[in-house]
This record gives sequence, structure tokens and C-alpha cells, in this order.
Amino acid sequence: MSHHHREPESILSLRVRALESLLVEKRLVASEAVDRIVSAYEEDIGPHNGAKVVARAWVDPAYKQRLLADGTEAIEELGFGGVDLRVVENTPGVHNLVVCTLCSCYPHALIGLPPTWYKSFEYRSRAVREPRVVLREFGVELPENTEIRIWDSSAELRYLVLPERPAGTEQLSETELADLVTRDSMIGVAVVRPPRAEVGAASRRGAGAE
Amino acid sequence: MNGIHDMGGMHGFGPVEPEPNEPVFHSRWESRVLGLTRACGVQGIFNIDESRHAIERMAPGDYLASSYYERWLDRNVRLLVEKGVITREELERRMADLAAGRDPAPAHTDPDLQARMVRTLTERPHFRQPGPPPRFNAGDHIVTRHDAPVGHTRLPRYARGKHGVIARSHGSYIFPDTNAHDGGHQAHPLYSVRFHAAELWGVSAESWAPVHIDLWERYLEAAPPER
Repeated sequence: MSHHHREPESILSLRVRALESLLVEKRLVASEAVDRIVSAYEEDIGPHNGAKVVARAWVDPAYKQRLLADGTEAIEELGFGGVDLRVVENTPGVHNLVVCTLCSCYPHALIGLPPTWYKSFEYRSRAVREPRVVLREFGVELPENTEIRIWDSSAELRYLVLPERPAGTEQLSETELADLVTRDSMIGVAVVRPPRAEVGAASRRGAGAE
Repeated sequence: MNGIHDMGGMHGFGPVEPEPNEPVFHSRWESRVLGLTRACGVQGIFNIDESRHAIERMAPGDYLASSYYERWLDRNVRLLVEKGVITREELERRMADLAAGRDPAPAHTDPDLQARMVRTLTERPHFRQPGPPPRFNAGDHIVTRHDAPVGHTRLPRYARGKHGVIARSHGSYIFPDTNAHDGGHQAHPLYSVRFHAAELWGVSAESWAPVHIDLWERYLEAAPPER
């Protein structure tokens, strides 16, 4: 395998290559198998998976019931898996927020690998203790009497937030609805915006939405 | 253990700062570390609880000074050395070889390993296992164990000796406290437990911000209803 480095290779990179080389030599690892897993996370697995689950729950009340009762089983109906899942629903008086204070537990299969901020000391230390302040930093201002339910992912269950369906989206198809659902809304640090607001926000930022 | 990893409720870390348009990996070595870790798991070299505990055993200063995938790399080397798969000297020698443009590892492919690794992306995890019947029901009041075991545990420090209510029974899951220490992978009942913010944080707690934690029955004792 070739390695093109403009700058001198970092000691970390060299160390990792050496580790891989040793494990390949001991026939415990095959580099193609590592390539395959890496490309799965880079190309295939991401928030678009979770967005399909959310959109289906929005348009199909019976599916939503199954999803909230047993997330693990319900996502298998849509061809997803690889995770023991608990889905928690945002409603007008309840907002859910997911964190892992001890490490970095996160529903990879549905929303990809976690962003750095989710794994950061800042988020892990503060989300449980001052969720309203943290949410405000993400631009989410909730009514004072909205209950914020924090889910500290301490076991082999992963949490996915079912965000509220935005008003004014009655005419949208399931696919169009899925396009509105962001990664952050499924962690609980964002709410889903209706399409008009999304366009406005994107143009204000001068870049495409995530 | 009273580890640096156990961060819930700590002060002083500052604002959460998301990186706009963050890539999945920031450099190639990070992606290799992830893939190597998955391979080690699938090959049965270390399990998830040993793996978490190995990161928890980093010196606290190193933990804080390392990036996420640096901690993963430290963990992988630590466990592979402890389990006798590699030695640190061997790793140093291989780094020198590679730096000199030599890779002595013969080519090796393993389609079966690859297939098993890919399956983990979609097949149901095996952590939920038959176990003893649960002692508690939804609505039961509990108090968490007040203890600081030296080994691995998933009862966060901020929730020790705290009163809560069983919100839901999850069935039985492999118990991390033993699985991390060659103590066996027996399953015990697991619950979602709800704690009032004031119970965890005192008078400075935010209102209407209950915390739910998934806790094994071994961490819990029955308690009379509060107040």
C-alpha cells in the first residue's frame, strides 16, 4: 500500500502503521478488512439512515408505536441493525438529550461515528448537569417548563431521539421529510426545522446545510 | 474505579465547540485505529469492557492530553501487550523498519475475517443474554450502591448512593464489572433508572432535567419511596 505524505509522517501515523503491520504479520488482521470497515463508515453509514427511521415514524403511527416499544426490532424492518436501540420521543412538553459521560456510546448504525464534540470532555461533563446551558450553546432555547430528559448511555443500549415533526410539513413525502432530519436532532442538540426555515438558515450561513 | 474518564458533572471544561463540516476521520491513522480495534474485537482478542477499562487505566494527565483516537491507540497497544500478542520492543522495531521503508509483514488476506467484521455492522449485538429474573419493576424506588470499586464499573460516580426510580426493565445484559476482568460474561438484569436533577446535583441543579442511566441490578438496592 502506498502512502503519500507531503509532510514528514507523524509519529502517531508511523506507530499505527507499525501496529497494523505486526497484526497482519501475525495473521490477526487483514488490511482489506480494515479498508472495508473504514469505507463503510466513510461512505455508507450516516445520519441518512436514522433520518429514514424518523421519517417513517412521522408518517406511520403504527410504526412509531413499534419503534418506541422496541427500537432494536423496529429498525430491522427498515433493513438496519447492529445495535440494541432505545428510541425516545420529543413531544411539546418533553425534550430528550443523549450523552455518554463515561466514554462515547452512540448509535453508530443509525447516525454514523460520533462527531468530536460528542466525545469531548466539555459535552460529557456538562450535558448531564447543565443541559439547558449546553442546549443554548447549540442554539436551542426551550420553554422553561419543558422537561429535558437526559439519557446517559451507560450500557449496551444506544439512544436515538425521535424529534418532533415540524409544523407545515403535512404535504411532504416520507423522503422529503427524511431530508429535513439532521444528525444533531437525533442526538437532541437541535430541533428539526421546516423546509422554509432550513433554506433561510442555509443561505444565511452561505453554505449547504449538513 | 475513580477514573478521569468518569466526567459527568465535572466543572471547568468550557463550552462545547462543534466543528463545522467535520470529516468522519481527521487523518488516515485514525481510521486505521478504528478498523484495527474492530478486528481485534471480532478476533476475540479483547472484549468491549476490557477495552473501555484499558482506556480508563490511562494516567489521568495522559487521558486529558490525548485526542480520542490517541486514547484508542494507547488502549490497543496496552491490551495487545498485556495479552502477549505483541511486545513494546517489537512495535518500536517495526516503526524503525517502516520509517526506513521496509515492511517485513508478508501479504495476508482473510475474507472470512472481513465478512465477520462487516456482519457486526448489521447483526444484533450479543450483549443481551438470558439471565436471572429482574427483582425490580417499573415504578420501584431504589438507591444506588455507594462504593468505589478499583475495577471497571458503569455506575457513574455522580450517581453513587443516589435515590431513583426504575423507569423500565431492559432484560438481562452481560455485566461489565466482571466481563472487564476475566470474571465471566454472565448476564444480570439491567434497568433504565430515573434520577431527579436535584438528587444528583443538589440545590444548584437545573429544574425539570431528570437524568436516566442504564444500571445493572447489582448496582441497586430497594429503597422506600422518597419523602
